[in-house]
Amino acid sequence: MKNRKTRLAGLLGASLLLAACGTSGSNSAAPPGAQGFTPPKLEALKALGQPEGQLNVLAWPGYAENGSNDPKVNWVTPFEQQTGCKVNVKPFGTSDEAVTLMKTGQYDVVSASGDASLRLVASGDAEPVNTALVPNYADVQPFLKDKSWNSVGGVSYGIPHGWGANLLTWRTDKVTPAPTSWSVMFDANSPYKGKVIAYDSPIYIADAALYLQAHQPDLGIKNPYALDDKQFTAAVNLLKQQRPLVSEYWSDYLKESQALKNADAVVGTAWQVTVNLTKGEGAPLESAVPSEGATGWSDTWMVAAKSAHKTCAYKWLDYIVSPKVNAQVAEYFGEAPANPKACAEMTDKTLCDTYHANDAGYASKIAYWTTPIQQCLDGRTDVKCKDYGEWTKAWTEIKG
Amino acid sequence: MTAVSAFFYRKPKLRLGFLLSAPLLWLGLAYLGALAALFVTAFWHTDAFTGQVVVEWSLDNFKTLFTDAVYRTITFRTVGIAALVTVIDAVVAFPMAYAMAKLASPRAQRILVIAVMTPLWASYLVKAYAWRSMLSGNGALSWLSPGYGVTATIITLSYLWLPYMILPIYAGLDRLPDSLVDASGDLGARSLRTFRSVILPLTFPAIVAGSIFTFSLSLGDYIAVKIVGGTSQMLGNVVYDNIGAANNLPFAATVATVPVVIMLVYLAAVRRTGALDNL
Repeated sequence: MKNRKTRLAGLLGASLLLAACGTSGSNSAAPPGAQGFTPPKLEALKALGQPEGQLNVLAWPGYAENGSNDPKVNWVTPFEQQTGCKVNVKPFGTSDEAVTLMKTGQYDVVSASGDASLRLVASGDAEPVNTALVPNYADVQPFLKDKSWNSVGGVSYGIPHGWGANLLTWRTDKVTPAPTSWSVMFDANSPYKGKVIAYDSPIYIADAALYLQAHQPDLGIKNPYALDDKQFTAAVNLLKQQRPLVSEYWSDYLKESQALKNADAVVGTAWQVTVNLTKGEGAPLESAVPSEGATGWSDTWMVAAKSAHKTCAYKWLDYIVSPKVNAQVAEYFGEAPANPKACAEMTDKTLCDTYHANDAGYASKIAYWTTPIQQCLDGRTDVKCKDYGEWTKAWTEIKG
Repeated sequence: MTAVSAFFYRKPKLRLGFLLSAPLLWLGLAYLGALAALFVTAFWHTDAFTGQVVVEWSLDNFKTLFTDAVYRTITFRTVGIAALVTVIDAVVAFPMAYAMAKLASPRAQRILVIAVMTPLWASYLVKAYAWRSMLSGNGALSWLSPGYGVTATIITLSYLWLPYMILPIYAGLDRLPDSLVDASGDLGARSLRTFRSVILPLTFPAIVAGSIFTFSLSLGDYIAVKIVGGTSQMLGNVVYDNIGAANNLPFAATVATVPVVIMLVYLAAVRRTGALDNL
């Protein structure tokens, strides 16, 4: 059993190594098969056929609206009319849920965040995507293509869809001067003690690691999602030190918006959509990516390997990043669209600037969410990194 | 048809068994079965890589639960909150129930019972969020609690579970014959003495019955503390986080056994007061 596990771990290690190399552009990784592993051999679709008349979509809430939540928001019905593919939408709440649901084989496409996509590739639940069959892919921002969370060894596994950063936000009337560093949230002597609002998820440990990467270089953190024992302990200790400063942890963005509006919290991590929403309600709020950089998310539409409706799936992939629909989704959800042509289609023409949609420099400052696993994502093989289960245990401990 | 009914008429025990079989099957399979499945899962673990549950028996989860100080802290905090909520509810509910049962006219009694039940018809979330805005920095009741935290959680939970305490006490007081109270007065007892020696002992089982609701509901809650609890967490949050974020069902099951065990101990203690006859 022990042996089998180690081998399995080796397999994933190899796959992730390949993935990591996809980003850096180097091809010096172990040759495929050296450790008995390449991602499960799956072929991308060669050519489109006749639409199968059905499509089962697994999506983050807000990504595939069919008018049932809000009659004014509907981009599923036009798709059905154009392609004849009847769409069934299943929303999921967490990346783990998405991974579990994909294993059932009942879904054709999924909108996966970076902390889910590689798991789907490694397990063989998602297959490579033939981007030539997705005409709109040509328009997608180059800085989103062939990244470690949507490609393996140069093979694309999906279509980038939208992205955003976890920003530092503050009340301009209570926080002066305007902060340029996360230290307002992490420094034990922060003047905003008891007024800090932080994200409530184990993945938030990465924010602490990102801060340490800039402030304690001797720890040698290269990737905030690849933390060995020492680095992990340092990040956890930083968050324990932060806890007395925190007024509350948020996971519901509306709850956070309310806290910022009432000035129960004056500084915190937030999404762009929260900042816009709260500003819209009259709260004097500003946000920025601080000098240390920020964590964030980048989502990919992927095709299920077991899908029986592949033509409809490809039609959906193309449709969802078409300028008009990409604009609708980005506007409804509050994120940067992957297709720059979407910017012209927005109702609010300033949104692309607000979300820095065309700013590659801004995008490169973001450390996108990735699931931490035992094999260090930064390519180190001499140490073991902490996996997500341990991150969760530590998160419980941090909150006390 | 008549033959069947005649048959069951002659065999009352069989008749009873037949009538009870469906509910018993439900209780046995759906209720106890699920609980047993939970206990079994607690001894397994998940594979760190695939996230799949591995069916291998071990006590590791329980070891973590008992050796990590944080779970002890959370357990004590949860039990403390549940106990305080119960005490607050008992203190608030008793006078209300007394007024309803003994002072109000029959017509007013009905209206009061409905009034007590109305909050139960409103959504839990709406009520919790209402308390969140009332306790916020510029809310109407902000003086009650120093920001969000344990105090705010206790206030909110006390509000949420209050009807579950009022109704059993009301039922208990309603059953208390007025003649006993009168007799106590006739024998020269002042009202305080009557309360201590007659009313309280006779309604104590009803209070305990109410406390089973408030205590167990507080023990399992995780939503209210997520909404008004600030940075603090209860046992329910640990269960939720382990399933929702970490996909670690076995450890969540291990943590979930803690409230079950606490409730079993509590019920065993409570059984001796006769409170269970009051439910």
